[in-house]
Amino acid sequence: MPSPAILSLRELSVSFGRGADLVEAVRRLTFDVAEGEWYGLVGESGSGKSTVLRAISGLLLHWSGGMVVAGEPQRPRRTRRFHKLLQMVFQDPYGSLHPRHTVDRALSEPLAIHRIGDADRRIDRALVDVGLDPSFRYRFPHQLSGGQRQRVAIARALIVEPRILLLDEPTSALDVSVQAEILNLLRRLRGEHGLTAILVSHNLAVVAHMCERLGVMQNGEMVEEMSVGQLRAAAPQHPYTRKLLTASGGYDRQVLAAVGETA
Amino acid sequence: MIEPAAAMLEVEDLRVRFHTRQGVIDAVRGIGFALGREKLGIVGESGSGKSMTGRAILRLVPPPGEVAAATLRFDGRDLMTLSEREMRRIRGKRISMVLQDPKFSLNPVMTIGDQIVEAYRLHTGAGKGAARRRALEMLEAVRIHDPERVYAAYPHQLSGGMGQRAMIAMMLAPEPDLLIADEPTSALDVTIQMQVLAIIDELVTSRGMGLIFISHDLNLVASFCDRVLIMYAGRIVETCRAAELHQARHPYTRGLLASLPRIDRPVAELPVLKRDPAWAV
Repeated sequence: MPSPAILSLRELSVSFGRGADLVEAVRRLTFDVAEGEWYGLVGESGSGKSTVLRAISGLLLHWSGGMVVAGEPQRPRRTRRFHKLLQMVFQDPYGSLHPRHTVDRALSEPLAIHRIGDADRRIDRALVDVGLDPSFRYRFPHQLSGGQRQRVAIARALIVEPRILLLDEPTSALDVSVQAEILNLLRRLRGEHGLTAILVSHNLAVVAHMCERLGVMQNGEMVEEMSVGQLRAAAPQHPYTRKLLTASGGYDRQVLAAVGETA
Repeated sequence: MIEPAAAMLEVEDLRVRFHTRQGVIDAVRGIGFALGREKLGIVGESGSGKSMTGRAILRLVPPPGEVAAATLRFDGRDLMTLSEREMRRIRGKRISMVLQDPKFSLNPVMTIGDQIVEAYRLHTGAGKGAARRRALEMLEAVRIHDPERVYAAYPHQLSGGMGQRAMIAMMLAPEPDLLIADEPTSALDVTIQMQVLAIIDELVTSRGMGLIFISHDLNLVASFCDRVLIMYAGRIVETCRAAELHQARHPYTRGLLASLPRIDRPVAELPVLKRDPAWAV
């Protein structure tokens, strides 16, 4: 690991329900993310990757195990300081912005919560930062395209100047041309702000483009951790990772038959 | 243009138009193509008119949408002049459609088996026993290992991949000549997606059906279909063999392909699509 970990998880477990209905969504998950590193979490729906982000962000309170963020051990309840340090961007820009709040209000709220002054100037700057004209301030979400909404969601996360971003499928609801714009934006912001991030995605190519390392999850467990270099060299060891890699290459009858069709 | 030898579907100057309070929206603006017993992909971004094209063929464009066409001929019959009653004998029986998410297209309060049986009997007039046997046979054909269990299950008891297989079983039971699949695997995980595609591929090929595969996923269409139409702003901007999609000529197609991150080819910055107003003219 190049630099010390800014985020460490030790045997993180999350379960829902009880008795016969008990579902272990995340099972004894352990990994570290270094300061400045972008870490990808991949896996299929139900593999627990989004649950991990919810536990880290403090949206989910009933987890067990160890979690250290920026040197501080975390308990389920978080401090305001924690939320200034770490922010999250969600998958669906249609659902994550309040439909009756203007962009101005969406961006003012985090500033008010964290008692950061100079709101006027900061909001303008945050919009310019994500490539939107300051005139967008008084628009409602329904007056924006999907890509513009996701830019607003990113501006809302960055306006409190966090060091860590949690990105949950930030481009999977967008057209590929808009996806390219948002991924370029995130890479530029990463350079400008020295951000660390965990990127959850089912798209291996997106993770390879954005991250240095990744973890592959299946049924709540981490089955393999590797560098993006290893992924690019098609060197994954675990059969499940190999299957994901094959599937992301498109449809191929022969290969499909070779990897086995039963999941 | 590459035209199939024997066309079962001929479309000329197809238009879909919506009159809204904000003015007239032309969703599909005069497209034409012919389809034989092949896998034809239609790709484009949201709003390009690809789904409306699929719906227009079945005359399922919701009001206030208006459909017009110089030719919309299926198996020698002009679909534009058929009555609603005659259309109902085409829909499901001769041309059927699979939509994106089985959660919304299956009836939540009916078992899978009952739904397949109902549709099959409606289209073929088969008896109860024969319809049941056909339903179980179709569930097996989509590689459901315990068809009896799935037959008796309600949609919420099935996973997305399983639900979509059941949907395909239902749509293919009356042996239609043409299947229109609108993003049939987009709601599924990649590995499940491949299995469902393999099932569609096998059924379409073995039964000599035609397939219209509507998708936003260029790589998927390139690897799955025989031929591809690329739509932009309600028009077909390019037609090519699927295997040659990566050598596409139109700047829109090239731009879309370039904007995809690739595992085998790292880049610092992804090329962004620069839209030329001339593409939409």
